[in-house]
Amino acid sequence: MSPKQLERYAPWGLLVLTIALWQIICSAFSVSEFIFPSPLRIWQQMVEFRDVIAAHAWRTFWVTMAGFGIAIVVGVLLGFVIGSSRLAYAAVYPLMTGFNALPKAAFVPILVVWFGIGVGPAVLTAFLISFFPIMVNIATGLATLEPELEDVLRVLGAKRWDVLVKVGLPRSMPYFYGSLKVAITLAFVGTTVSEMTAANEGIGYLLISAGSAMQMGLAFAGLVVVGAMAMVMYELFSYIEKHTTAWAHRSSQN
Amino acid sequence: MTETADNFVDFQNVWLAYNDELLAKDHFAVEDINLQVKQGEFIAIVGPSGCGKSTFMKLTTGLKKPSRGEIFVDNQPVTGPLKISGMAFQAPSLLPWRTTLDNVLLPLEIVEPFRTQFKARKEEFEARAIKLLQTVGLGGYERKFPWELSGGMQQRASICRALIHEPKMLLLDEPFGALDAFTREELWCTLRDLWTEQKFNVILVTHDLRESVFLADTVYVMSKSPGRFVVKRHIDLPRPRDLEVTYTPAFTDIVHELRSHIGAIRKS
Repeated sequence: MSPKQLERYAPWGLLVLTIALWQIICSAFSVSEFIFPSPLRIWQQMVEFRDVIAAHAWRTFWVTMAGFGIAIVVGVLLGFVIGSSRLAYAAVYPLMTGFNALPKAAFVPILVVWFGIGVGPAVLTAFLISFFPIMVNIATGLATLEPELEDVLRVLGAKRWDVLVKVGLPRSMPYFYGSLKVAITLAFVGTTVSEMTAANEGIGYLLISAGSAMQMGLAFAGLVVVGAMAMVMYELFSYIEKHTTAWAHRSSQN
Repeated sequence: MTETADNFVDFQNVWLAYNDELLAKDHFAVEDINLQVKQGEFIAIVGPSGCGKSTFMKLTTGLKKPSRGEIFVDNQPVTGPLKISGMAFQAPSLLPWRTTLDNVLLPLEIVEPFRTQFKARKEEFEARAIKLLQTVGLGGYERKFPWELSGGMQQRASICRALIHEPKMLLLDEPFGALDAFTREELWCTLRDLWTEQKFNVILVTHDLRESVFLADTVYVMSKSPGRFVVKRHIDLPRPRDLEVTYTPAFTDIVHELRSHIGAIRKS
């Protein structure tokens, strides 16, 4: 196997190894499935409750995507404003940093009061937790424009808008895609956390109800599903990033 | 105005301080610049680094306004960025997400009247860009990305970008400074040929004396902070000049003479 292939299969190898080790420990010490279920048990539960899990997973998925979609729109717009104006940058950035330091789970009870139990709080939590990295990255991409590049266009009589559209935005695209990868995983965290206290559907709800019914295998199955969804979306954005902004990744090709 | 009518670029007692605070302290980046450039003239400005050469460029293009004095280009007072000029810097500053061809076409997407016609006449413009790239020896590299080109090739593309909209004035800010000696000499010839053919005005800022003498009609020597012109030297070497000329005694004498002026500045 060539080193490149080895690199490619390494994460799968590690996953199999971890599962095997987990199974061996559970079997060897006959750990109670109410404390720490074995991978086999989790798998059995997953197959047994596949319809239930699939329904909850679908709900979590689309709620996350809705929140993430809003996060992209708001994040890009805010990032654009902050990145293109020094004044806006100075005014907004400190406030946003302060806001980002707040734990988003703490917003859930407030959102429940405003929107009731259900979709509302989950979508908004996913949005609140994931728009910040998108905004920051767009703003950084725009604000760190090289002055020579700007001069080349300004000498030609280009307006601020021209500079932003021709240079600023394309230049910040790698930052944008990079931030999407971070933001999508955060969005899943937001949805799940919100569903744990403020929903009757979704993986978060499943985790809580399975936990209180001592169905640890099912709870773990829920975790695995959320993790898998986040991974798949991460890889998707990673793929899009590589194929749309290849110019920013050239060093890895040479 | 009347006596300056045949001058393309005309600086009349131009002073520039970078901000009001420095102005109040009488601290100027460039002082008392007087400069008259004829239509189609190739001038070079040499001087030690930090002498305000780049500031001078910004004044000429209208990116900066003088604190005192007046600047006329093409008999019009300069009030804002001039659309009749093209600019190239030491760094090629090509956009890495555009192909070489699209980089060269960029000014046409900005400058009127090309801007409004861009979609309709795109093929014609592309053909023009490809032809220009061929004249600087970049034929066949149109679809390559800048990071697939060598430093010298990138700089050639950068010069093409500065010329694609057929500016009346080309401003070059140490364009060959980052290149090796052989590539640099090759590009001197490229620039010489482009200029001979099209006769646009060139203002070349450099710290390479051989470069300035080889290319320019007139060389100005600038002193260090505050920047002033201390010497104006007309280069009367016959044209067309070949690289061989750089090894003749006449050439070396001029370089030597200019060098002694620079030396005098540094001591004082």
